[in-house]
Amino acid sequence: MARRTPLNDAHRKLGARMVDFVGWDMPVQYSSVIGEHEAVRTAVGLFDVSHMGEVEFSGPGALETVNGLISNDLARISDGQAVYAGLLNERGTFVDDIVAYRFSPERIFICVNSSNREKDFAWMKEHAKGVKPVDRGDDWAQIAVQGPRAAGLVQRLTKTDTSKIGTYRFAEGEVAGVKSIISRTGYTGEDGFELYCAPDDAVKLWDALLTEGQQDGVKPCGLGARDSLRTEMKYALYGNDIDDAHTALEAGLGWIVKLDKPAFIGKDALVAQKAAGVKRKLVGFEVTGSGIPRHGYAIHKDGKPVGEVTSGTMGPSVKKPIGIGYVPAELSAEGSTFDVDIRGRPVPAVVVKTPFYKKP
Amino acid sequence: MADNIPGDLKYTREHEWARVQGKVVVVGVTAHAQESLGDVVYVELPKVGATLTEGKQFGVIESTKAVSELYSPLTGTVVKVNDALADNPSTVNTDPYGAGWIVEVELSDPKQVDALMDAAAYADLLKNA
Repeated sequence: MARRTPLNDAHRKLGARMVDFVGWDMPVQYSSVIGEHEAVRTAVGLFDVSHMGEVEFSGPGALETVNGLISNDLARISDGQAVYAGLLNERGTFVDDIVAYRFSPERIFICVNSSNREKDFAWMKEHAKGVKPVDRGDDWAQIAVQGPRAAGLVQRLTKTDTSKIGTYRFAEGEVAGVKSIISRTGYTGEDGFELYCAPDDAVKLWDALLTEGQQDGVKPCGLGARDSLRTEMKYALYGNDIDDAHTALEAGLGWIVKLDKPAFIGKDALVAQKAAGVKRKLVGFEVTGSGIPRHGYAIHKDGKPVGEVTSGTMGPSVKKPIGIGYVPAELSAEGSTFDVDIRGRPVPAVVVKTPFYKKP
Repeated sequence: MADNIPGDLKYTREHEWARVQGKVVVVGVTAHAQESLGDVVYVELPKVGATLTEGKQFGVIESTKAVSELYSPLTGTVVKVNDALADNPSTVNTDPYGAGWIVEVELSDPKQVDALMDAAAYADLLKNA
């Protein structure tokens, strides 16, 4: 029996098409993926992301403990700020990608992928030197409010001055009378918030956002739009673009790896890889022939397999078939060409600058 | 819209429809099929002159998320393909029984159409799905 978020009934009432997503019964779309995608690019969309996991480290030394586990550096940010980071293993490849929230040096809150929730927690418990993690996955629901009208919508429902919450910052407050963590983060390339609340309050918050958002053209959005939006930004998806077979440097996520900070798991491997040179890289490409690249399709050069597509779609905003994939470093420069093997047919593609989507 | 099942067409279990016009049959996917697929973003068509075999794959239809095979309801030769789908694949969603048609096939044996479902049988199939 698939797990359900507190908003499951709300999704069904809205006529969502539900699918099993890593053991969760989740909406893939309500009306149409393209319509929901466009709503997020031009107005505002709501996503139920309550299936994401949360882990908390509380007590003296929490910051140092977490900093030993993640690739980014919590010492470089202030209280009230969040960082995107890798949870890497000794090989410098991904256990998961996470967002770590610094409430204080003694309270760090981490959001992990739902697919990795149990694995991450066990891994953190095993590797944490100091403060022990607490699994808070069942204590939090999460709603993402994304799009150019997200800020206006959330502001009308809260007394917290959201203009003071910069990108990758957060505050605690009430939204629609619901105690929330108001985090200016997201996975769509648009401005917006991720609101964490108690599971019992999720329906109240969701309904308030939907009702108040009518004037903004709000749309509830499913996993389909979430995937096309993030692909257009070349945001990595665990299990597709990043995994335990590719290092953070190969994934082009060197910016979340702070090699000059004190020891963290995976650091030595990445220092060595950087010195030796990164031999394969995750690139964004456009298909110039006819067809759509998909996860798992082979990338060929001169008829020989040299890489693999990790994500691909017809970009609803860029209106082109776009893909993300690993290729040898010598094919990673903008303008490099190769073929994508689309069901046995070589289809030409070219490496382009990412994100694929640029705000007009 | 899943109950949109025109009475003058024939149907397959794979949710294709066939409009029989003598020896020539127009083939498309049903309203139910396009609704299940979601936004259609690409249709891979066979070439004019290609031979289709009943029950075998003849093309691919892709939505934002999924890749689905198209199975031929009948055996015959492709005499026309809907090239307009290259620029406007979403026509399959908006007009599955009209402008969203996929191929025209000249049957090798016109009696084949007798094996296809009529609208009532297809409606039953959907009801019991």
